[in-house]
Amino acid sequence: MAKCSCAGGVKVVLPCSGSANVGQIANEAAKRLDIEGTAKFFCTAGLGGHVSGMVASVKGADKVLVLDGCPVGCARKCAEEAGISGFERVVVSELGIEKKHEFNIAEADIQKVVAQCRATLSASGAKKGAGCCG
Amino acid sequence: MKKLQVLGTGCPKCKKLAENAEAAAKALGIEYTLEKVTNISDIMKFGVMTTPALAVDGVVTSAGKVPSVDEIKSMMS
Repeated sequence: MAKCSCAGGVKVVLPCSGSANVGQIANEAAKRLDIEGTAKFFCTAGLGGHVSGMVASVKGADKVLVLDGCPVGCARKCAEEAGISGFERVVVSELGIEKKHEFNIAEADIQKVVAQCRATLSASGAKKGAGCCG
Repeated sequence: MKKLQVLGTGCPKCKKLAENAEAAAKALGIEYTLEKVTNISDIMKFGVMTTPALAVDGVVTSAGKVPSVDEIKSMMS
């Protein structure tokens, strides 16, 4: 659902959602960050595909968190290719989670990544203004 | 003829964006049409996740903010 930015402080998270445990942990963490209202889950594939609405929406955000699964950095590269700069970044495999081509992801690992994303976004701050849509 | 579309549900920022877009088109002396897209389902078809947004000839050039008249002029040229 498109959301009015009138209150400012729009934070977005771009997970790699790749085909390994770390990619799927990133995807699940992004879902939870969106559901709890910490950051809006944006479609990294749409960014990589240069969908103009997606690219413009990310460029218009106050804070962007790139959530990569591993050092290959596909989500970071998608963001950079789309002209996004000044983003924060968390890499799942740098949090002590080994990359494997399997999809049995642990709840504890998801929670660890969510916590790191919250801390990163909180530390970076974001401006928030008065809303106009009530 | 430039096709300008302001995407948003009608908040003050959406109205300001429409004003700026019209001012930019007039300053450039170009012919244009201005459409206000207020239906959320139609807005989503553009891939826009934050409003207000501006599309020029079907390409979204800004979202989640109100660009200045000068910024919109550069988006149109």
